[in-house]
Amino acid sequence: MQTVVTEVQTRESDITAIAHQPPVQDGVPAAPSTDPATARAALGTMWRIRRFEEAVDDLFARGLMHGTMHLSIGQEASATGVCLALRERDAITSTHRGHGHCIAQGADLTRMMAELLAKETGYCRGRGGSMHIADVATGNLGANGIVGGGIPIAAGAALAYKMRGEDRVVASFFGDGATNEGAFHEGLNLAAIWDLPVVFVCENNKYGMSFSTEFSMAVPHVADRAAAYGMPGVTVDGNDLDAVHAVAAEAVDRARNGGGPTLIEAETYRWKGHSKSDKNLYRTREEIAEWRERDPIVAFETKVTESGLLTAADITAARDEATDAIKAAVREANSGTDADPGDLLDAVFAPVDAAPLASSPNQDVTR
Amino acid sequence: MTATLPQTETQAESRELTYSEAIREALAEAMTADDRVFMLGEDVGVYGGAFGVSGDLVHRFGKERIRDTPISELGIVGAAVGAALAGMRPIVEIQFSDFTCQAMDQIVNQAAKIHFMLGGAVSVPMVLRTPLGSGTGAAAQHSQSLEAWFAHVPGLKVVMPSTVSEVKGLLLAAIDDPNPVVFLEHKLLYRTKGHVPAGADRVPLGRSVVRREGADLTIVATGIMVSRSLEAAARLADEGIEATVVDPVTLTPLDEAPILDAVRRTGRVMLVQEAPGHVGFMSEIAARIAGSSALYSLEAPIKRLCGLDAPMPYAPALEAAMVPQLDDIVVAGRALATQEA
Repeated sequence: MQTVVTEVQTRESDITAIAHQPPVQDGVPAAPSTDPATARAALGTMWRIRRFEEAVDDLFARGLMHGTMHLSIGQEASATGVCLALRERDAITSTHRGHGHCIAQGADLTRMMAELLAKETGYCRGRGGSMHIADVATGNLGANGIVGGGIPIAAGAALAYKMRGEDRVVASFFGDGATNEGAFHEGLNLAAIWDLPVVFVCENNKYGMSFSTEFSMAVPHVADRAAAYGMPGVTVDGNDLDAVHAVAAEAVDRARNGGGPTLIEAETYRWKGHSKSDKNLYRTREEIAEWRERDPIVAFETKVTESGLLTAADITAARDEATDAIKAAVREANSGTDADPGDLLDAVFAPVDAAPLASSPNQDVTR
Repeated sequence: MTATLPQTETQAESRELTYSEAIREALAEAMTADDRVFMLGEDVGVYGGAFGVSGDLVHRFGKERIRDTPISELGIVGAAVGAALAGMRPIVEIQFSDFTCQAMDQIVNQAAKIHFMLGGAVSVPMVLRTPLGSGTGAAAQHSQSLEAWFAHVPGLKVVMPSTVSEVKGLLLAAIDDPNPVVFLEHKLLYRTKGHVPAGADRVPLGRSVVRREGADLTIVATGIMVSRSLEAAARLADEGIEATVVDPVTLTPLDEAPILDAVRRTGRVMLVQEAPGHVGFMSEIAARIAGSSALYSLEAPIKRLCGLDAPMPYAPALEAAMVPQLDDIVVAGRALATQEA
């Protein structure tokens, strides 16, 4: 399914599909600002994440969506840069703040929106909601409502790939808060002692809910913790798409070639509150304003227009296409059927396999 | 009449093995049959497992598939969840069931819920084997019976194999199962012997077994209390009191019909478990009986005979006093059988 995306395809084909099918040169996905097609695709992904979450924010505010949500607006470059460094059969584990990872992996926007709108047509048939969206077809092993929950799971998926001799890599996203969980320590240690093909990606947005990293850890950088597990640790500007992609590509390459795991710390910031209950009592307006000035999307747009890679028209088109795609997703998702209480219990247990130890229901869940 | 012990093999095709050996044989057969099956846990390699269950398997299947782990219960179970999602059939050994407390997030929040949370898109085919129970003088953090915790979590299957002859087939069925299965092995059973079928016949999960039939009372028992109750039933028979003994075997999904049928036939029921009684698994059995038409057959109140509501003590006399012993079951059984309505 590896596809070389031409300029024409970028213009005309399904935007969602393009996101996870970056141009490939010698088997290595190209950097975002390598060529116009890649730059447009990467920019499109970031805009789709931004527009998706703005739409979700709006639907919540208007009472049209229930439950809770965690927005990653301001963090689009880390999800996009890392997923751009992955190949078709690679996998990710995600977090409660996972819409961006999901979209960057190429998930269908309508099915995502349908899930948030509690539809049977959603990714999880309305069982999961925002915090549990997974799209196994694109290698997304799932968002996770438990801080750090996906870290050991990523190690286990990587162990499976390694045991089967497959050259697949798992990128595990988590926040700064997760690095104080036991799961972080145990997962990184297992991946390190077994040389597993995992790239651990800490999106350090400075706060675990309200608690600043200034107070929650005694080392300056999350990446410093990598030394404790004997793996490389690197801190990168998480709002610089090319920089994130560069460190991710190197880590993915190392993992794929038997060099074991890496811990990447992408320094970024969430513009919105932790969740809808957040009154922003723990940070200043000035701090938020300062980080809004460092908008990863604007930074990338400025870079690629100044270099002449994209035109102003390309930028406008990427933004407009994303806006249209999200509008269409909301519209289509709303037309889906609601999740039905009548079959609430049908997926508590998987049906017992009729052909024990002979068939392989999960063999290809990550393609 | 409900079937008693499965009779899938003749005596000629079975050998006398210990409970540990029967488990090891199931592990070996599953790994031979399917290269997706592997085992991971603390000291399962050259050490052979804390209770000797994995034994020589590392020499037969190698370090990759009999995988020693650091002391990282949360990481181990999480790795099993991830491997299961990625197409493997992992079997985790947690050295003592008490240590599952260290791994509860991955068991309860991840393994049990992923299939449901993802709308059925994937499943988590893994087995978590772990020894439970008291009687070894290991005190409060190495002797618990936590089966009710697991049985309370939708999405987990929970098995308590009580016989040597069935443990192999039950484990093979658990490995086959596409769901996470918590497989609770009682420590005192590991060295007990019994006839084990030579073949790879499965003993299906979710079937209660009537171990003994008698008209005067029903005893429902789990784990080590099954053999203890059968022994008590034999003693009661000497006194002319005939007990039916029902073993749920699988706590989730629970096969309640044989239990309710036995209660209807005998009119008296005693529920025996090692775990503390308060909010225990037998409370659920009591509720099922009370909530069914079997209630109308009762000639005496439902009797629970359970562990005391206290942490497990160290001193032998105290430890023995904590959980139902043979004499306790005999005395309680006699009292129930002769109780006036």
